[in-house]
Amino acid sequence: MPLSLSPSTSPPAASNLEATPKGPDKASPIIHLSAVGKRFGNHQVLADINLSVHHSEVVCLIGPSGSGKSTLLRSMAFLEEYDEGEIHIEGRLLGWEIDDRGRRKHAGRTRLNQARRNLGIVFQQFNLWPHMTALGNVTEALVRVRGIKRNEAEKRAMEVLDKVGLAEKAKEYPARLSGGQQQRVAIARALAMEPKIMLFDEPTSALDPELVGEVLAVMKQLALEGMTMVVVTHEMGFAAQVADTVVFLDQGSIVTRGTPSEVFRDTQHPRLRQFLQNYLDRNAFWHTTTEQEN
Amino acid sequence: MFDWPTFLFSLPLLGKALLITLQTSLLGNAIGFVIGTLIASMQLAKMPLLRRLGGSYIFIFRGVPLLVQLLVIYYLAPMFGLPNLPPMVAAIMALSLCSGAYIAEILRGGLLAIPSGQREAAHLLGMSRPAILLRVELPQAVQSTLPSLVNELVLLIKSSALVSVVGLADLTRVAQNLASSDYLFFQHYLVLAGIYCLINIPLTMFGRRLERHLERSLA
Repeated sequence: MPLSLSPSTSPPAASNLEATPKGPDKASPIIHLSAVGKRFGNHQVLADINLSVHHSEVVCLIGPSGSGKSTLLRSMAFLEEYDEGEIHIEGRLLGWEIDDRGRRKHAGRTRLNQARRNLGIVFQQFNLWPHMTALGNVTEALVRVRGIKRNEAEKRAMEVLDKVGLAEKAKEYPARLSGGQQQRVAIARALAMEPKIMLFDEPTSALDPELVGEVLAVMKQLALEGMTMVVVTHEMGFAAQVADTVVFLDQGSIVTRGTPSEVFRDTQHPRLRQFLQNYLDRNAFWHTTTEQEN
Repeated sequence: MFDWPTFLFSLPLLGKALLITLQTSLLGNAIGFVIGTLIASMQLAKMPLLRRLGGSYIFIFRGVPLLVQLLVIYYLAPMFGLPNLPPMVAAIMALSLCSGAYIAEILRGGLLAIPSGQREAAHLLGMSRPAILLRVELPQAVQSTLPSLVNELVLLIKSSALVSVVGLADLTRVAQNLASSDYLFFQHYLVLAGIYCLINIPLTMFGRRLERHLERSLA
């Protein structure tokens, strides 16, 4: 039976913000942000953010602290409520519902969880549960949320722990693991839920420099396997090697974006050059010493 | 000085009374723990109404003396033309309601100490509120507040001496009866004091062991 449309209704394509999610259409973005903005009181934290992330794309968000990059990432999981614009994940509007009068209200818990189901998130502070073993951390949501039987969930959890190289640490409590190992358990915990998109919020910023590599290696492996990833990071080397797109934010806006070589080598943008120069200065110890010798 | 035959004769009676004391205070503490968990999580809820309700509960049940609570509960039912609650029920009710208020405050402190990121992570994995409370928050809150919780249990066992006012034959009431029948006041009350003291030994040991057990897993 054909749908009867009242004369006033606009064409179906534009009429519905929550258009049914399309199938695995590789061409359409898996995350789509249009004109997203957020303010804390008078302070505009994010302004007019437009960004699309496609299947298997790795997007790195870089920028000085306070630039809004973490807020932007957290908005993509609706951990921060954006108050302007729209974020769609697989075609579903995230966090909000549009009522009959066209006003937005909070989406119900089930709807929000549905949209979040595709997301795995890794935090700067790991946020493991300290009273559960590594295995317990990974198994918990599989049992409580997905309703998988415990022994089966543990089998799956072991596979994921093995993937991040921690199968032999499964029985350890987080306090007995190094920061890098804890973060890898946190990655395993997110991966066990089989997300389509992984969001990383400064995953290596709380780690000793020597432990950063093992976490980045796991992330690289994920990227190679075709995981869609959005990564807020200060690791420019990682961004240069792994990202498909690098986005530079400053004061809540996207200043520039492009491939790593466009952003890191060819940019003429003064603010970005200044930002990158800081990294060059900081990491140029070898260069400086040789210069001094001359 | 000490009349041993009387002491031996009183032991079976005191034994039965000890069971009543343990029954009321342990059950009261267990139910109080459930109430305390609920009230603590209400106080930390987002909804202002829930917070207010939780706050009022603590205001009332921590503010009114246990003795008065016992009497009010015991004499409440007849006000509505109903028969009195059985003394045991009234006693357990009063003890759970009162200890619930104290336990709520203890647990609230423990819950507040948990970094909010842990909650956020659980939430994002799709865990429901009750699941987060029971699986993520409560075990940690209990672990960090265990000494205070054991303390609360010890206090409650001693407070349970008050249940004799609703006619329950607990330790204190039985000792009083014994004393008034043979006038050996000092002896019976000394024995009574000794028994209360002895109850604490296994409790303290249990508390220590539990602490050590939890510490080992989190060390």
